[in-house]
Amino acid sequence: MARRKSVVVLDYGSGNVHSAAKAIEAAGAEVDLTADRQRVMDADGLVVPGVGAFAAVMAALNEVRGGELIERRLAGGRPVLGICVGMQVLFERGVERGVDTEGLGEWPGIVDELQAPVLPHMGWNTVDAPVDSVLFDGIRDERFYFVHSYAARDWTLEPYGAFAQPRVTWADHGGRFVAAAENGPLSATQFHPEKSGEPGIRLLANWIGSL
Amino acid sequence: MSLAIRVIPCLDVTEGRVVKGVNFENLRDMGDPVDLARTYYEQGADEITFLDVTATVDARATMYATVTATAEQVFIPLTVGGGVRSPEDVARLLASGADKVGVNSAAIARPELVGEIADRFGAQVLVLSLDVKRSPRTPSGFVVTTHGGRTETDIDALAWAREVIERGAGELLVNSIDADGTKQGFDLELVGLVRELSSVPVIASGGAGAVGDFAPAVAAGADAVLAASVFHSGELTVGDVKDALRAEGIVVR
Repeated sequence: MARRKSVVVLDYGSGNVHSAAKAIEAAGAEVDLTADRQRVMDADGLVVPGVGAFAAVMAALNEVRGGELIERRLAGGRPVLGICVGMQVLFERGVERGVDTEGLGEWPGIVDELQAPVLPHMGWNTVDAPVDSVLFDGIRDERFYFVHSYAARDWTLEPYGAFAQPRVTWADHGGRFVAAAENGPLSATQFHPEKSGEPGIRLLANWIGSL
Repeated sequence: MSLAIRVIPCLDVTEGRVVKGVNFENLRDMGDPVDLARTYYEQGADEITFLDVTATVDARATMYATVTATAEQVFIPLTVGGGVRSPEDVARLLASGADKVGVNSAAIARPELVGEIADRFGAQVLVLSLDVKRSPRTPSGFVVTTHGGRTETDIDALAWAREVIERGAGELLVNSIDADGTKQGFDLELVGLVRELSSVPVIASGGAGAVGDFAPAVAAGADAVLAASVFHSGELTVGDVKDALRAEGIVVR
């Protein structure tokens, strides 16, 4: 049997990282909860969780030089998966309650408030995944658990030359928003796969299988 | 394509056991919380809520261990309420594996707590619980109670609901003390009135006794329905409730 893939869940003081670690284990990987540079670099995959406000998550990430860690891995083609606010900070900027915060800028675009009568968008929703999605292989018709009020409502990264085509998955709550993106070594989900029951575990297993 | 209505089993937990009693008296042992949570997860529960009904410090530590053990095998959101008095309590519960916390009496004693929790952890972690009773003493006819409904405050329940949303509550758990334990169905008027004023999700609680009780609560405006004893006693499974909702054309997972 092949060696189990190793995944680091970036530990930078962002809430509920424990259950993310358990879900990734259940999906078949060896999990290490750390922000140690060497271990982050050596892992087959890096998961960046994130709960709370955009500005607070960015500040905590900066404390452990998270942006640089992510950047280094991506420059080496090494996979990174952002979850919830861990996805949002991959965009250029986040605007929350009038506070405009600079993000990591891996993707162009702004994260701002959904335009829906009831917020947060809380609960199990459907997604519209592209046919060639790796993350949603076999689980395109499942529901996933969302809890957020902000999202990227636009995807503006243009296909470029010989670069792999980004695969964007949409969901709808008072208008469409980016529910997940797969862009070379960088993937992200706005929902919580670690809280999405068996389909969530399957999505994590799909990602681990791609490492 | 729309958000599914959530079905949430609630477990009253003390000293590491699930209990059920009327107004916290004559508590009956209903089983191991981790086992029960796992059973509901397998039945298709959309979230699990633990209500910590203990007061002692030792029992509180047991509660954290219960949450951690559950979060390791139940991959859906966990809410823990009961005795949450400070942002530090919230931090400890989140670190134990909770995704959301329920706050009730402490917010009535000190409303600023709502904003303190929302600012530090985000509004989405904060489920504000309202134990509501019908009363002629308030303008809306509904009053906020404490101590499991035994003590009436002077606070109008609908005005309080508006205030806590303004202060940063991410969700409202509306528990009817009148309906609780009657098994005669949810207080639909109360659910409807809270839905009208609320910009955040509303969970209906109190009174579920039969499979047909849930769809009217959704029709009245609930985003989620919560029940305890009908699930623990085995009268209904989460699947039964979802089948009944589906039969009424309501979207469930």
